[in-house]
Amino acid sequence: MIGIIDYGMGNLRSVENALDHLGLDHVISSDLQVLDGCDRLILPGVGAMQDCMKALHESGLDDWLKAQTRPILGICLGMQAFFDASQENGGVDCLGMLPGQFVKMEDPSIRVPHIGWNELEIRPDHPLKEILGDHPYVYYDHSYYGTGLDPDTVLGTSGHGPYQIPGLAGRGHVLACQFHPEKSGETGLKILSYFGKEMQS
Amino acid sequence: MLSKRIIPCLDVRDGKVVKGINFVGIREVGDPEELARQYYEQGADELVFLDITATHEGRRTMAEVVEKVARQICIPFTVGGGITSLEDMKRMLRAGADKVSVNSSALRNPDLIRQGADMFGNQCIVLAVDAKKQPDGSWHAVINGGRIDTGKDVLEWVMEAVALGAGEILLTSMDADGTKQGFDIELCKAVRSAVPVPVIASGGCGSLAHFAEVFEEDAADAALAASLFHYQELTVQDVKDHLRRQGIGVRP
Repeated sequence: MIGIIDYGMGNLRSVENALDHLGLDHVISSDLQVLDGCDRLILPGVGAMQDCMKALHESGLDDWLKAQTRPILGICLGMQAFFDASQENGGVDCLGMLPGQFVKMEDPSIRVPHIGWNELEIRPDHPLKEILGDHPYVYYDHSYYGTGLDPDTVLGTSGHGPYQIPGLAGRGHVLACQFHPEKSGETGLKILSYFGKEMQS
Repeated sequence: MLSKRIIPCLDVRDGKVVKGINFVGIREVGDPEELARQYYEQGADELVFLDITATHEGRRTMAEVVEKVARQICIPFTVGGGITSLEDMKRMLRAGADKVSVNSSALRNPDLIRQGADMFGNQCIVLAVDAKKQPDGSWHAVINGGRIDTGKDVLEWVMEAVALGAGEILLTSMDADGTKQGFDIELCKAVRSAVPVPVIASGGCGSLAHFAEVFEEDAADAALAASLFHYQELTVQDVKDHLRRQGIGVRP
């Protein structure tokens, strides 16, 4: 059972629809007892980081998330929440489960937000490299990107102008997607399937 | 590298996809779920649904359409038309839309853009602009299918909207729309120079060469078309094959 964490931020429906496509059992909940009964967790997220961290704190999910050892997937804003901090809203401390900060893309040579399909170059030693095959494209929609990551945690990148965006990151039980796997067609479904069936803590 | 997007647009009235030229002579062309599914399988990068229903009843129907479409396809889609409040935005996003577009409601109340961006993020808010060329060479934002000139300068308007939080511009040339003579490159370039956000070119596309032209001219980040795809004159796959042959980066 995959627990989709409902903390008032984001389009849970899309994640649910994608898991339905894959036939993966799931439950949407904000109840820690229900979520504790799941063997995998997804933290989605759309919106601003300040609201996101406030919602996680008020529901007691912040400490609970940090204590997790089960496979957990963060999507977009949910991904960013796993790291140390974000520059958004004048600076917000995040969960610190992975090292790194999120800063705004501001280079004049590119369009911001980074919206659309970009090729994801996956590290050769990661299982998704083989699963996704050559030249997988994923759908991004964001303005902040991760910097100062531990290189060991960067699993896949996409180029946007001068930036190498860490699209896929993770370590141990944590997997984090800057892009939206639930909106990335067949490629995204394969990533969700890997997380839902194969990934181990 | 970020690929150029091909976006089929579906005008929906009372739950059915319709098409009219210059907003007149509207007729039904199909079922939204069925068409969405076809476009997804052809390789569409994204979809846009414009609700052209005028009634309250029709709006409820639209939310149901959005729910059904979201269950069918795992690519992003935008819903516009009749989005006049935060509540409308919330309803469509909850139903499964990824982005909402605002047009005349934002012209009447620009603060709607700020409120939407604050609540859902800039990346969720698309400003749709219908632009009509003026004798002095500028463009005005028009509404009601071009029947009403708001007098608002398009370039000033997009700058204002982006400052308020719009994350993308869906730009329709009312001069080119329905003509099949190609996208309005001059308009697209002017808007793209004025704002840093992505610009979706709309209106006037009639051939494979027109898609290539708008990207070769570096005038847009995405190209939108409706009737070409509805009437199966071209498939999304035809367009992408052509662009790839021209050396333009598209998603396979």
